Amino acid sequence: MKFTWFHLMPYRFLPDDFKQKYHSVWVDIPRTLYDPKIGHQLYNEYLDSLEFADQSGFDGIGCNEHHQNGYGMMPSPNIMAAALTRRTSRANLVVLGNSIALYNPPIRVAEEFAMLDVLSGGRLVAGFPVGTSMDTNFCYGETPALLREKYHEAHDLILKAWTAKDIFSFNGKFTQLRYVNLWPRPLQQPHPPIWIPGGGSIETWEFCANHDYQYSFLSFIGHMHGRRITDGYWETMSRLNKEPNPYSLGFVQTMAVANTDAEAERIFSPHMDYFYNRCLHIYSGFADAPGYRTLDTIKYGLLSQYGRPNMSGLSWKEFVDGGYIIAGSPRTVRDRLSEALKTLRCGHLMALLQFGSMPSEVTRMSTDLFAREVMPHLRGLWSEYQDRWSPHPLPAADRAQPAPLNGASAASRTSAPRQALSASEVAK
Amino acid sequence: MNKTQQSIGGGRFSVELFTCGSGEPLLFLHGAGGMFEPDPALEELGRDFRVIAPHLPGFGESTGAELIDNVIDAALFYHQLMDDLHLDSAFIVGHSMGGMLAAEVAALDVHRARKLVLVAPAGFWLEEHPIPDFFAADPKELPKLIFHDPNSPLAQAMMQMPEDREQMAQMYVERVKRMTMAGKFLWAIPDRGLKKRAYRISAPTLLVWGASDRLIPPVYAGEFKRHIRNCSEAIIPEAGHAVLHEQTRKFCDTVKQFLKG
Repeated sequence: MKFTWFHLMPYRFLPDDFKQKYHSVWVDIPRTLYDPKIGHQLYNEYLDSLEFADQSGFDGIGCNEHHQNGYGMMPSPNIMAAALTRRTSRANLVVLGNSIALYNPPIRVAEEFAMLDVLSGGRLVAGFPVGTSMDTNFCYGETPALLREKYHEAHDLILKAWTAKDIFSFNGKFTQLRYVNLWPRPLQQPHPPIWIPGGGSIETWEFCANHDYQYSFLSFIGHMHGRRITDGYWETMSRLNKEPNPYSLGFVQTMAVANTDAEAERIFSPHMDYFYNRCLHIYSGFADAPGYRTLDTIKYGLLSQYGRPNMSGLSWKEFVDGGYIIAGSPRTVRDRLSEALKTLRCGHLMALLQFGSMPSEVTRMSTDLFAREVMPHLRGLWSEYQDRWSPHPLPAADRAQPAPLNGASAASRTSAPRQALSASEVAK
Repeated sequence: MNKTQQSIGGGRFSVELFTCGSGEPLLFLHGAGGMFEPDPALEELGRDFRVIAPHLPGFGESTGAELIDNVIDAALFYHQLMDDLHLDSAFIVGHSMGGMLAAEVAALDVHRARKLVLVAPAGFWLEEHPIPDFFAADPKELPKLIFHDPNSPLAQAMMQMPEDREQMAQMYVERVKRMTMAGKFLWAIPDRGLKKRAYRISAPTLLVWGASDRLIPPVYAGEFKRHIRNCSEAIIPEAGHAVLHEQTRKFCDTVKQFLKG
């Protein structure tokens, strides 16, 4: 069982009356609500948390891409991943990911992911989401009807750019390039593992199955409502005769750990309320531009017996009982999470241990308890399967180390590590 | 109206074709909502003209939407349709998105439109008069954008959803399908460069606008008149974007007078 500590990077200081007074947290959220001085503190606080997760033994640290969004302050997740390369060393960098139809030309993604892979010593997981309708259609202006076609063309181009042995020309419908010649190329060969974050489009399941990509269901509906999607994924895998390997499925779950269940409610309840009632206050007209979802996906949703959960105004008990959050003492979290992971057949958990207005010290406590008292007990889950979707970094001995900054060791900076790569070695 | 299914472009498209009346051919290009069934305005025009109203691919039973990505593809589709129906030229009437496409048809080949009627057409963008984002509009707010009187029986009838869950689902899917296609011409800003091509339009052109159109306000008539050389306008009071159906009589009289004049 593998654990990625996943950050959305929410703005923690939306006003109390945000839901009543403002239209949407996404797309048309007033820019005046963002204070860059607070933003400076938050970015650094959040990077600290991700670095703490690396130290705590998580397998991965993750970030994602959103635009014009009050709960996701990462228009460029690659910048965050780059900032993480230098002070982390163990955890994989799970970038979930770059909405590849938005980059022009899409080899920009091939280049930046290659840079991250090289910079991090081969720790990158490359995520290729289509991107939400808010991000792609409303914020970035992509024509909904053409988005998926553009996405698939971008995917083909990036894969070929990573794997081609020679310079090639690319004559696409959306991108035409005479000389595709990637410098640098990724450290992991033939390319970093590819995870496809999805929000429940049924075509994505087949796409993942056919390419042997990991599918990550990113949502805030929790493990109970999320089953509608994971069941659909496993049915697709079964129909296509693919191995039901739990590591091929990632799942986001909001979680919170305290010493007791009562303490968890007391500490986390306000942050949960902030997350669901301010961060997820999204105008429904932005959720689904016509053409964003395929007709097949729409029909699947309309025919579903489950329907979409209404997450507005839930109490702590309803959040817990409905599986939106797994929270409580280490034992409670361990038991419920174990059951959830087995039910979902999930081998890559995206642990959302910071949510809403949660400050860093609370995040740290919850993360620490999770790492020490929950994670070790679940490690053995799925040990009979091979995880074919995690990165293969360079061995520690071959990794570059950031040179110390203090004066005393400045001298050594010019000696050992730099000279290690001698001319004769390069020639080899 | 009669409804037939017609193969167009050597089988590339199968087109749902609505026809009525007889006389000089009048090609009607519908808006983003698609055809209305029944359509009293087209029935009325059918008293004087041979009305031919195709559903654009992606609408209703018409197929081949994947072959149309942009306004030029759409305009060439209409040219092909005219070829296959043996119409060298016709009166061309287009409403809203259909007005935008009618202007493109007329600009691409100036001999195709004998006369052109653009009814509250899309196609231009004025910074100071932004067209509301109807793709994101709250369904409850739509009648205010489309109708002069959002509480009129007509508005109520057009906005009514079926009670039956299955029928409602079907209607929803069809609506998404239509708006998906419309997005190819109208998303995110309904300006696809008509301003570069409109100078070519030589057919006598009439703009018809509902005085209280809140979706594409009548101020846009000025843009069309600036670009199309032989262009006049008729503003119809007590009508919004759905002017054809809100003031059917006045609309048809105006159009007939222009086409026969």
